[in-house]
Amino acid sequence: MEFRQKTLDNGLEIIAECNPNAYSVGIAFFVKTGSRDETDQFSGVSHFLEHMVFKGTPQRTAADVNRELDEIGSHSNAYTSEEQTVYYGAVLPEYQDRAVDLLSDILRPSLRADDFEVEKKVILEEIAKYENQPPFGANEKCMAAHFRGHSLARNVLGSIESVGALTPEQMMAYFQQRYSSRNIVLVATGNVDFDRLVTEASRRCGHWEPFEAPRDTSRPASQSVLEIVHKESSAQEYVVQLADGPAAEDTDRHAARILATVLGDDTGSRMFWNLIDTGLAEYAAVGAYEFQGTGVFMSFLGCAPERTQENLQRIHDLELELESNGVTGAELVQAKNKICSHLVLQGERASNRMFSVGSDWIQRGRYRTLTEVREAYEAVEVDEIEAVLAKYPLTVNTTVAVGPCGDLTRPT
Amino acid sequence: MSPVKEQIVAENIFTEHLDNGMTIVAESMDWLESVAFSLLVPAGCSRDAHHLAGLANFSCEMVQRGCGSRDSRQFIEDLDNLGVERSANVSTVHTSFGGAMVADKIYEALAIYCDLIRRPHLPEDQFEDGRLVCLQEIQSAEDDLPQKVMQEVRRRQYGEPFGRPAHGRLDCVQAINGSDVQAFVTENYQPQDCILSVAGKIDWPRLREHIQSLWGDWQPVPLAAIQEQTPLYGYRHFNHDSTQTHLGISYSSVPYPDDDYYQARGAVGVLSDGMSSRLFTEVRENRGLCYTVFASCHSLRNRGCVVCYSGTTTDRAQETLDVMVAELKRLADGIEVGELRRLKARIKSALIMQQESSASRSSSIAADWYFLQRVQTLDEISQKIDVLSCESINEYLRKNPPGDFTVVTLGEQPLEMPVGVSTENAR
Repeated sequence: MEFRQKTLDNGLEIIAECNPNAYSVGIAFFVKTGSRDETDQFSGVSHFLEHMVFKGTPQRTAADVNRELDEIGSHSNAYTSEEQTVYYGAVLPEYQDRAVDLLSDILRPSLRADDFEVEKKVILEEIAKYENQPPFGANEKCMAAHFRGHSLARNVLGSIESVGALTPEQMMAYFQQRYSSRNIVLVATGNVDFDRLVTEASRRCGHWEPFEAPRDTSRPASQSVLEIVHKESSAQEYVVQLADGPAAEDTDRHAARILATVLGDDTGSRMFWNLIDTGLAEYAAVGAYEFQGTGVFMSFLGCAPERTQENLQRIHDLELELESNGVTGAELVQAKNKICSHLVLQGERASNRMFSVGSDWIQRGRYRTLTEVREAYEAVEVDEIEAVLAKYPLTVNTTVAVGPCGDLTRPT
Repeated sequence: MSPVKEQIVAENIFTEHLDNGMTIVAESMDWLESVAFSLLVPAGCSRDAHHLAGLANFSCEMVQRGCGSRDSRQFIEDLDNLGVERSANVSTVHTSFGGAMVADKIYEALAIYCDLIRRPHLPEDQFEDGRLVCLQEIQSAEDDLPQKVMQEVRRRQYGEPFGRPAHGRLDCVQAINGSDVQAFVTENYQPQDCILSVAGKIDWPRLREHIQSLWGDWQPVPLAAIQEQTPLYGYRHFNHDSTQTHLGISYSSVPYPDDDYYQARGAVGVLSDGMSSRLFTEVRENRGLCYTVFASCHSLRNRGCVVCYSGTTTDRAQETLDVMVAELKRLADGIEVGELRRLKARIKSALIMQQESSASRSSSIAADWYFLQRVQTLDEISQKIDVLSCESINEYLRKNPPGDFTVVTLGEQPLEMPVGVSTENAR
């Protein structure tokens, strides 16, 4: 396993974790842009643009792009989050050049008006799909409430109104503000031929224009509110809670992730024994997620409407207990064992490493081997988790409930 | 120790039959750090009595609440400390348990799972908790509308009991008592037709000896025959207050063991594999009718079908259904060289990438054994893909044109059925 790195003259960074024994190559362009870089008027433009990128370039029609991605047997896709738009493909090593050619070409999209109107309908269907499936937008509503007034409050998909009103010209203007060569990283993992990768990338991306694409990464002031959205047609109640947590650049994020595992992993955690094993909830879990400048503990609860109030109290009591007494040594060991085993299993696929290596690089500007990541978790001590609990109390949170319950109160 | 028959299929694939009817299949992947297993017990939901629909699922919940020397808490803690990422599922035919972990943990993990299927405690004091878990599953499935539609499609396509959903019905799960679960486990958690697969970084001689010592003396009991009813087919609409309509379509196809399976699989691949596939192109890319659309092959041992799904806003549902059905029928006119070439590239790269995942290989070789009573090497599957031609697939499609569609819709209003939808039992 060898890490290689090169920066082109226009600032485009190329990084690779090369493993000559791997069966495949994962190739991705990480663009440091997402919903937090939008304005309310153009909410959803990052994600819509991600779709439009597959709709063709001056050299290729949309059908050409889809056909060629399939011709190289690639398992390709893209996603947009608050902070990243990532275009990726996993291919056999013999197709590395073609994958780089295709992915780099589509990153200079034409944004043709007729394609734009058809794809807008797909986006509106995607918005409708998520509004109609559990947790019925509770997570987005919770982000909006928790980070009210801050760019992280914005929904990645946008709204029917904001997406409906977007024009190709507005999208092109956004593209020209964000898709700078200096704001994009080409990431490759697995059986990579790095020298060829650099040669191909220079040829395909060397002319991309560099410019500043700044982002405000100061820690936002978060809220602590309770919102209830009444949805009679839902059989279950769905609740999302957000509490502040360490940011992407904070070293205590490892302790935070261990804490989330102890409290709310989907097996063997305190919430598992209290709520799942007992059948009181269908789903109850906590995860720690980091952004630049801030982070969150996100808790999910799905249960029968009549049990929601009682379950919220139980979660609150579990959080209070943790804030008072922390985690035990045995819990710490168990959580580390789970996390480290998961890292090994995930790391075996080149495409999984692509996401880890890419995220590490764009969030923190550094590469870490799988062993280094494991060691960071192994090193966490009980008192570091107590420090996280003191700094980021879980009981101070924003709660959004969607379902048949019309009336819920904050647990005390 | 029970006498055993060992067979080496390929250099890195091993199979072994215990005298009690249990089969072990293993694949050595020494470039990995992990090992994964799949344990398929012939305790699927098709063995639930009609008035106890959900019993297999309830039993699966209860066997995971303590076994052998471990109570329910110790069971979970030990597996967590071994770092076993695990799953437990009930399908029509099997209750299956799976685990993936760092290679040297496999011995302890298998010993725990041996206790789970041979010596479960089925603790009475946790019975009501287990029931609540199962009832919650049924309730939350009500909110998952795509799943609800596809469950109804399966139910109408395969009939009782092979088309039923594993979680059963609320009234049945309410009625299940402790002795029902005890009897189900005694009758169905047994070695006859049980399959254990292991893939990854294994030491076969040591693993083989370990498995023999765990399961060699397990005694079989005769499995009861399953009573079948005629499927319903036809069209069924469910009213639901939703801005989207969900639609599911199915039609009969050949099962996995059939000589023509890869012809059928190829045809469905042209429909739905990849971004240049016909459904994605015609329904989503050209018309923007939906976000999700797909078709896939589903197989039991002796029958199979193709299932298709899409979800779209109410006023575009009719067009979506019409375009989907038109594309299904157009398959009979044949596929083109470029379509097949792309499909082969995709399938082949997926096959090669399977070698990066012990969990993926473990479940594949277990399924192979169930369907074919042998394990196919990746080379063998690759050769089957190589020999596919437009002529062979088109010949298959001429003989087996998609038709007699079963359709289920869920949304604000029912749809007009295009020609070709089965009219049997349209209720």
